[in-house]
Amino acid sequence: MDEIRDVVLEYVIDEYVEEDEMEVTYDTPLISSGLVDSFSMVSLKAFLEKRYGISIPDADATPEAFDTVNSIVGIVEKHTD
Amino acid sequence: MSSTRTTGKGTALSNIGSYEERLKDFDWGIAKEILGWEEGELLNIGAICSDRVCARGMADKVALVWEGFGDKKATYTFDDVRIYSNGFADFLVRQGIEPGDRVCVFMEKIPSLYFSFLGVLKMGAIVQPLFCAFGEESLEVRLASAGTRAILTTQKHARKVRKIRDRLPSLEKVIVVAGNESKLKDDELFFDVEKAARVEDFESYAAGPETRSVLHYTSGTTGQPKGAQHAHGSIWGQVLTTSWVLDLRDDDVYWCTADPGWVTGTSYGIIGPWALGVTQCVLDSGFTSSRWYQFIQDNRVTVWYSAPTAIRSLMRDGEEVVAKYDLSSLRHLASVGEPLNAEAVVWSEKAYGLPFLDTYWQTETGSIMITNFPGMQVRPGSMGKAFPGITAALLDLKTHEPIDEVGKVGLIAFSPGWPAMFREYRGQDDVYRSKFVGASDGATPDELRTDEGLWYVSGDRSSIDADGYFWFVGRDDDVINTGGHLVGPFEIESALVEHEAIAEAAAIGKPDKVNMEVVKAIVTLNPGFEPSGDLELNVMNFIRKRLSPLAMPQEIEYVDKLPKTRSGKILRRYLRALEWGEEVGDLSTLEDD
Repeated sequence: MDEIRDVVLEYVIDEYVEEDEMEVTYDTPLISSGLVDSFSMVSLKAFLEKRYGISIPDADATPEAFDTVNSIVGIVEKHTD
Repeated sequence: MSSTRTTGKGTALSNIGSYEERLKDFDWGIAKEILGWEEGELLNIGAICSDRVCARGMADKVALVWEGFGDKKATYTFDDVRIYSNGFADFLVRQGIEPGDRVCVFMEKIPSLYFSFLGVLKMGAIVQPLFCAFGEESLEVRLASAGTRAILTTQKHARKVRKIRDRLPSLEKVIVVAGNESKLKDDELFFDVEKAARVEDFESYAAGPETRSVLHYTSGTTGQPKGAQHAHGSIWGQVLTTSWVLDLRDDDVYWCTADPGWVTGTSYGIIGPWALGVTQCVLDSGFTSSRWYQFIQDNRVTVWYSAPTAIRSLMRDGEEVVAKYDLSSLRHLASVGEPLNAEAVVWSEKAYGLPFLDTYWQTETGSIMITNFPGMQVRPGSMGKAFPGITAALLDLKTHEPIDEVGKVGLIAFSPGWPAMFREYRGQDDVYRSKFVGASDGATPDELRTDEGLWYVSGDRSSIDADGYFWFVGRDDDVINTGGHLVGPFEIESALVEHEAIAEAAAIGKPDKVNMEVVKAIVTLNPGFEPSGDLELNVMNFIRKRLSPLAMPQEIEYVDKLPKTRSGKILRRYLRALEWGEEVGDLSTLEDD
């Protein structure tokens, strides 16, 4: 789980965070804060599916489920079981 | 024929009253009567939306309730709006910005966006709002096209400007209005209007109805985005449609969810409501259903203007979320950006006790053209009827002659000359001319715009029923409408082939339950590259950062060869028809294998 958390956090920082000084943690709101918009969420979902060889159904790809790194880890774990 | 229904609470007292009565002896001058505006008064959108509201006794009335992410909240009166827009106007003058210069506003929906929009107009320059999610390539194309002289932005987005500034010789001033001043580079300027000295008085530029005001960029099938140029005289169209369609009154609390980077966010997110002195709310945070409902509940929003994509997202989350909030303040709902499906109209009536009323217009039209009105019989799924003073027609798809056959599909067209009609495509008179049926070679934009014998063609198709209701069918070109935003395939394709792996590309819309369409790319690869999940993700992020999240392909299909005409043009309509399961039509021009 820790490994997934760190991989997802690193990807989010690399791809979506535009400000050098902005600190993003495992619990930083991504969608509700506007850091990641709903269109960009599609590329984040594509990353998770490719990286972990899973398929996340649309019903699970909600703004709430993608709102923090920790909640994203929950989705990945649910679909890798 | 679809069922009809009336439109919820308070309709008997709607501003428009009887639609049929309004058609008689219609005059756009009614907008001036509503504002009590006399000929000879200053006609400047910036001043009318702030100074004039104060002069009418509303200086202490709340103009803006702003909320950001993380419990940030601020409230501003119309006097605050007057002072802070003065502040921006004064600052720009001191920087040497002159009337007619283009000043880009490129930031999130923070209060300074709204103040600076009015400030630019007050000092006579042209305001060029751009969606802050644009990547550097989208930004560069639009700033270069406009010859933009100054950009107002935030520290967060200044980095995009830095990457392209060397290629923009006209861009003299980069002004950062929010963020950490110590992070500025080179000759960037910092100006926080709320901390700067208050500018009590500013003499606004004496604009006329044709003085250029707002410059919005919009996408077409071919070429790069075009700058649809509006003028200060547009305000009469925006005021009257705001009054009669959005039904705003003195005691309303109004929420327009659109970003002012797009025309809805300026025509109806700034100009219309503030000219009328109406309190409006702005929420600058990401979308979740619960956050939106909380915002409506907390601010007692009465009139809500939103978009089908958002409405469908709210529908997806269901009525059980609605039930957790007190939304009883709502009295009128309207929608814009793409056709509002009948299911969404019916659902909103069930969930909120009010139907969302669809409105139809474009960046170029500047104000609402075809719409459902408060109090009229709504036919769910229909665009409604033409606004009084607007002559709307359907033109035959081939002959371009007006048709009046019930149910027959034609091109939506308007007789030119309404107040908010765009005055030109900046620097592209030939493209402007191409939008008019019957235009003579060499006709100027002013001649075209005032010739009621011509038809301005919208680029959309619809049918009309026996009672005059329009029913949207689709676009007449290859432009992709995703989440209510138009995205040009050419711009995406140009960016795609800049990726090292891609040889040729076509961008089309593919069906999407929430956004109506999303971008799909169909590509051929250069030698040495193979299709893979890594490549797909790489290409998605490449476009997202260069252009915008809206333009990012949500699917990439790899093919050996793209279908082309014998002259080598990629047949997007063929690819689109395959994607949508439609008739592919005449393929006689298709290139042979």
